[in-house]
Amino acid sequence: MDTFVMRHLPALLIATPLFAAFLMPLVGTAGRTARNAWAFLGALLTAAIGLTLAWKVWTTGTVLYVFGAATPQQTLPPDAAFPIRIMFQVDAMSALMAVIASLSALGITIYSLSAESKQSGLETFYAMLFLLIAGVLGMVVTGDLFNFFIFLEISSLAGAALVAYRIDDGVAVEAGLKYALLSTVGALAVLTAIGMLFAQYNALNMATLASRLQFTALDKVALVLLAVPLAMKCGAVPMHFWTPDTYTTAPSSVTAFLVVSSQASLYGLFRILYTLYGDLLQFSWATFGWFLIVLGILSMFIGVTMAIPQKDVKRLMAYHAVSQTGYMLLGVGVGLAVLGNADALAKYGKTAMAGGLFHIINHAMYKGLLFLTAGAVFYRCGTRNLNKLGGLGHTMPWTMVFFMIGALAIAGVPPFNGFASKLLIYESVFRFSPFLSIIAMIVSILTLASFVKVFHSMFMGPPRAEFAAAREVPAPMFIGMAILALFVVVAGLAPQPFIEHMINPAVDALVDRAGYIAAILGGR
Amino acid sequence: MDPTQTLATGSGYWSPLLWLLALVVGLAVALVIRSRGRKDFREGEGRAPFISGNKEPEQGGGHIPASNIYWGFLESMKSYYGRLVPVHTGVPTDYVAWLLGIMALMLIIGLAT
Repeated sequence: MDTFVMRHLPALLIATPLFAAFLMPLVGTAGRTARNAWAFLGALLTAAIGLTLAWKVWTTGTVLYVFGAATPQQTLPPDAAFPIRIMFQVDAMSALMAVIASLSALGITIYSLSAESKQSGLETFYAMLFLLIAGVLGMVVTGDLFNFFIFLEISSLAGAALVAYRIDDGVAVEAGLKYALLSTVGALAVLTAIGMLFAQYNALNMATLASRLQFTALDKVALVLLAVPLAMKCGAVPMHFWTPDTYTTAPSSVTAFLVVSSQASLYGLFRILYTLYGDLLQFSWATFGWFLIVLGILSMFIGVTMAIPQKDVKRLMAYHAVSQTGYMLLGVGVGLAVLGNADALAKYGKTAMAGGLFHIINHAMYKGLLFLTAGAVFYRCGTRNLNKLGGLGHTMPWTMVFFMIGALAIAGVPPFNGFASKLLIYESVFRFSPFLSIIAMIVSILTLASFVKVFHSMFMGPPRAEFAAAREVPAPMFIGMAILALFVVVAGLAPQPFIEHMINPAVDALVDRAGYIAAILGGR
Repeated sequence: MDPTQTLATGSGYWSPLLWLLALVVGLAVALVIRSRGRKDFREGEGRAPFISGNKEPEQGGGHIPASNIYWGFLESMKSYYGRLVPVHTGVPTDYVAWLLGIMALMLIIGLAT
């Protein structure tokens, strides 16, 4: 089925949210219904395109999309060394991330229709949200390092604008400023690294660069300038400080998508380490593998222990987001540490990577769900303070059920999706180092303890007089939470099909550096 | 999707369906035990509980705020939190300093290997 739409899926994946964003202020003038319908349509189309593109990748292999030329090698003038043009290279790893981002975008947009309905300036709000979505999707499908930087900037600026959007709240502006400052410093380092690589190799395409890299001292500097800011953007300890500040003050729907945005940075980090440098790290596999592992362990433990004393439910969840990122870093870090050992990679390295990557999609869904339930409670009660909340199980039973699903999933309790990915991580990491696996399990126990506290503080106890008027949230917010909750349950009850059809191909795509290069340069 | 598929972990297997079956059996046992309880009991008719001689609080007055939960844990970890919490200064330049510090550390390690 080679229709126009099928041929241009990668371009449409970015064009659709961009189109929705740029036309939003115009459509908004037609009234509230038109604006909401436009937002819903934009998110629905983006999700449909994301899923179709992923399906195409899973069934036919890597999808290449070259802007302005028929093939990647075609140059203008014909004798030029290599074309500098935009190329999207969607392999199984990119497809996995595109599914996560586009599905989350749909659930979050539907939720926003109600959650933000009382606010003003919604045309610009949705325009920024769609820019954020476009930026994240661009980061995960591009095959070009400079384009990656552009999309990183789009997502950072749109994210900062959304965090600081309610200017009547001074704390929100401060959080937006912090996010913008750190993102800018990080992006500057990334741009410097790209400049270093371009100056040496006269290429920006990731596959071309990967084939030309010599691993000179300058390449090592570029690697650090790329990897560390991306680790910061995904909220790894000790560069996580912006995370609780930003996630707490942003509207819940924005926070839920900022989690996905952080995971796009995590994708960038993995792409740089595995695809761009890959085999070149043969003398440093253990070093960079342990770089991820140490960041992972620190993030897991410090994140969860900082969450336990929090009284603001969103701040508490923000620290848990840091903690859960640690699991992903640990799983994929173990894979990187044993990349040079084919036996260890086959026995447990790939399983650890699969656990880490499966945790990305699981985390996006259950953490998104948890942030949305926190938003639902704030929507009805007007406070996020756990000392003040209580007894909401009587008046908001469905929100309580959704919260329970998210809380049990994040704590790794079966049969929810968090358990499946954590089990893969525990068992495979145990074969690498039992100590690391034990820490991961202790962190899960602490996570459960933390969410028992939140559950008790928000939903348990007799009804409180100050929240007597609280009732279940409107239908769009309910549907947004239900979409994410459904995924959490389904991926928990039937994890193996997800592993086989989505995760294992993504692991193979990450490990197969030669295949990624050959897709652009030929030779396979 | 086949929900009966087990999750292969590389070291073993886990079947969500079997786990769910065990959960259902556990719930059934719990229901049986519950059904053997007193059927004549009505809420509010029982005798007042003994709370160290204190009067039973009114409905809504018995709420335990979040700050009181895990008080013992936090108290025993005071020295840990005493070091960790002050690092979270909230000052943006400190955040940038951490980023640059880690970058410098990794540059040294990266160039040395």
